[in-house]
Amino acid sequence: MMEWEVVIGLETHTQLKTNTKIFSGASIKYGAEPNTQADEVSIALPGVLPVLNRKAVECAIKFGLAINAKIAPRSVFARKNYFYPDLPKGYQISQYELPVVGKGEVTIQVPAVGKNAAYEKIINITRAHLEEDAGKSVHGVVEGMSGIDLNRAGTPLLEIVTEPDMRSAAEAVAYAKKLHELVQWIDICDGNMQEGSFRCDVNVSVRPKGTDKLGTRREIKNLNSFKFMQQAIEYETRWQIETLEDGGTIHQATVLFNPDTGETRAMRSKEEANDYRYFPDPDLLPLEVTEADKARVKAEMPELPEVMKARFEEQYALSSYDASSLTTSRGMTNYFVNAVGKLLSHGIDILISPEIPSTEAYAAKLCANWIMGSVSAKLNAEEKTIADSPVNETHLAQLLKRIQDNTISNNAAKQVFEAMWAGETDVDAAIERLGLKQVSDSGAIESIIDEVLIANRAMVDEFKAGKEKAFNALVGQAMKASKGKANPAQVNELLKKKLAN
Amino acid sequence: MLAKKEVSSVEMTQTFLNRINQFNPSINAYVSLDEAKTLAQAKSADERITAGNTEPLTGIPFAQKDIFCAKGWRTSCGSKMLANFIAPYDAHVISQFDAAGAVNLGKTNMDEFAMGSSNETSHFGGVKNPWDFERVPGGSSGGSAAAVAARLCAAATGTDTGGSIRQPASLCGFTGLKPTYGLVSRYGMIAFASSLDQAGPMAKSAEDCAMMLNVMAGFDERDSTSLNRPKEDYTRGLENMQAAQPLKGLKIGLPKEYFADGLDVCVAKVVQDAIAEYRKLGAETVEISLPNTKLSIPVYYVLAPAEASSNLSRYDGVRYGHRAAEYNDLMDMYCKSRAEGFGAEVKRRILIGTYVLSAGYYDAYYLKAQKIRHLIADDFKQAFKKCDIIMGPTAPSTAFKAGEKADDPVAMYLQDVYTIATNLAGLPGMSIPAGFDKGLPVGLQLMGNYFDEARMLNVAHAYQQVTNWHTHMPQGIE
Repeated sequence: MMEWEVVIGLETHTQLKTNTKIFSGASIKYGAEPNTQADEVSIALPGVLPVLNRKAVECAIKFGLAINAKIAPRSVFARKNYFYPDLPKGYQISQYELPVVGKGEVTIQVPAVGKNAAYEKIINITRAHLEEDAGKSVHGVVEGMSGIDLNRAGTPLLEIVTEPDMRSAAEAVAYAKKLHELVQWIDICDGNMQEGSFRCDVNVSVRPKGTDKLGTRREIKNLNSFKFMQQAIEYETRWQIETLEDGGTIHQATVLFNPDTGETRAMRSKEEANDYRYFPDPDLLPLEVTEADKARVKAEMPELPEVMKARFEEQYALSSYDASSLTTSRGMTNYFVNAVGKLLSHGIDILISPEIPSTEAYAAKLCANWIMGSVSAKLNAEEKTIADSPVNETHLAQLLKRIQDNTISNNAAKQVFEAMWAGETDVDAAIERLGLKQVSDSGAIESIIDEVLIANRAMVDEFKAGKEKAFNALVGQAMKASKGKANPAQVNELLKKKLAN
Repeated sequence: MLAKKEVSSVEMTQTFLNRINQFNPSINAYVSLDEAKTLAQAKSADERITAGNTEPLTGIPFAQKDIFCAKGWRTSCGSKMLANFIAPYDAHVISQFDAAGAVNLGKTNMDEFAMGSSNETSHFGGVKNPWDFERVPGGSSGGSAAAVAARLCAAATGTDTGGSIRQPASLCGFTGLKPTYGLVSRYGMIAFASSLDQAGPMAKSAEDCAMMLNVMAGFDERDSTSLNRPKEDYTRGLENMQAAQPLKGLKIGLPKEYFADGLDVCVAKVVQDAIAEYRKLGAETVEISLPNTKLSIPVYYVLAPAEASSNLSRYDGVRYGHRAAEYNDLMDMYCKSRAEGFGAEVKRRILIGTYVLSAGYYDAYYLKAQKIRHLIADDFKQAFKKCDIIMGPTAPSTAFKAGEKADDPVAMYLQDVYTIATNLAGLPGMSIPAGFDKGLPVGLQLMGNYFDEARMLNVAHAYQQVTNWHTHMPQGIE
């Protein structure tokens, strides 16, 4: 049977975080009463003219710098002509032949699925261009008529277009997530997918594996969640393969995904598509971006995730995987850096070793394990972002300090963490209340060990006969006898000493 | 006169309103009048004069071309499409006149969406040329032209995309100036062809035009193509034109292409006489060549309709303007509303524009026309190395009879053969009265280098100091 390969490219409409529209001073705040943010430019009165919002240009420059793209010193706004009631001028101002951002790249981390290990991949960005959004048609408000709300008309968008570089739904979703994180990281988009601030169109085609020629693509429009994107691509891929295997042909089309049925369905065939009659907009001068403009924007840019990741690997001796997980969002990064700082401020006394080259590295590894472990698990389960975490950096650092100073074991700490997630704020009081304080008194531990050695003579004999495993079993017995509160390191040490005698 | 309080603005305004009531029903220069609003403006101008806060245009009554949005005024652009449109905001030009304390007498008739050279495409009917009621006033600013010529206003505004200020100025015998592209903000001026449209003054004399340009010109951040340059006084130097041979040292270029076939011999004679007058004023003349002149009309009739086809897409019956009374669905609503709302010439240009921008034709028409546009601009650049100012006829003939060219679009388009090139190049152009042929006015065209309006106005003023063509008045409307 023939093996198929899916080829995917994305076009993402990113709503830029400006106060006002791309070509007028009207507000773009979400959720206003219909048409209250439609000024004379938004409703395209006779005689009005567009004036470019420089803030939107800065957002585009930021994005270009973030993906290491060439930023055009001169780009051109063009008119895309078509009639639609929510398009008040009868044309959309966009960029066509000369976009502001040229070729760049985004590195994605594709997570492990089943037997396939996680991997990194570079996705090439073809271009990113500035354009204005259209308004909205509103149905069912006015009896027997369609309403038009032009609040959204003229909202600034950056349309980011990739090469057809993705080969699975997982890669497409990993790219979309990475892009979603990036545009928020550089603060050009609020990332709110429900409100339509980040919308993806996905071009999907299939071809026999090993061939070069691209198949006919269908474009899945306006996906506003990663889950739907995954489902839509998987469905569309299956549908295209089945259609071809059944002897059918794929026609270029725009399709919509129905989340209720999990299916995609053709909206309109591209064959009847408009001729948009693009031409340079004579109302706007070519957009010029100078080296000085770029330098100024660059100076205001935050450290980029890749740069920060490299720094984390260096500064904290973190693994590449840990460093990349901790740099997925600025919220995550801030949380991590703050937690490490707070933990260090409590004073840490540990032995330096090749694995733990500094107290900073120790604190970082401990924080990383907890943030990527318990904290992330809880956040994911409750669909929260790190900014909403009930356990803040201060509390987490206090908790981790108690692990480090042997007050509690790592396992006991998980119980304390649960209590704090539920609302407790005093770490020590929680430890006390839960009775989790670790026994570090060597006298007490010694007497526990003595009892264990008496009760488990057979294991002692096995150990003495050379069976190393018996040692671990004895440690386990001692921990059990202490109800988990004995300091494991001390148990180890004292047991070794006693068995040597 | 106003500043000296010899006459009040209300008195002056009322005089013009009386003349309008008397002559407008036959001339049809104005399409919207609102006496109450106009007189209220005159009254506040008088208060301003009393308070001693007078500017040169304070209290003067002007006519405004109906292409400029004026708050509370119907702004129809000569079209049925906008016959019900009351502008909710002021164009830059309107607010500049308001700020100067000028009085708005009303909105003047024009070719529909400024597409025409005879004012015959107006939804509100043609305009009579005050020199001969059987003839057209030119266009597209035909209403403003007739109002200036018939003294139905002190002066008027116009717009010029391919000659719409200068050709009517020539046909109606007054002074009209199309400034450098970008000098006067297009904000609130209803777009025909955005890269060519430019507003300018239409008045009896160069001196009046200079005073009006002082008010109209200036940077406006609401128009991205408005040029940010220091404010100029366009009346500067006018007083020096009294001297003997005030134009000594001025080099006038005479493009041979402008005196070739197609120019009426009688018009040519008047123009040559005017140039002879300039030699007497001290100027020297030099023959120049603008070799791509013949390409300007075909280039214009690709580029202007292309832009217009897109600019006029907003008139879809959805938000304002004409909507068909009955329709079946959205597409039907669009088709009927636009079919009913636009006249034949506008439809013709939308069709041409849509065609030249279509996939497969864009390179052959639009792109090629853009390239030739650069060549035309380059012709002028070369020419201005040899001369300071260029002179020639404004229009190939005097005013023609109504209906004479209405069914022959190409003959109509040729009316702008001498004016279009400056629009394509973005240069300033001017028409001044230079004499008469069989009782009909003939205009002399002046073309200057970029931002050379002050010099052009001086040169025109010098001529008007030694001639009186600009003071002639049509018979029968005293």
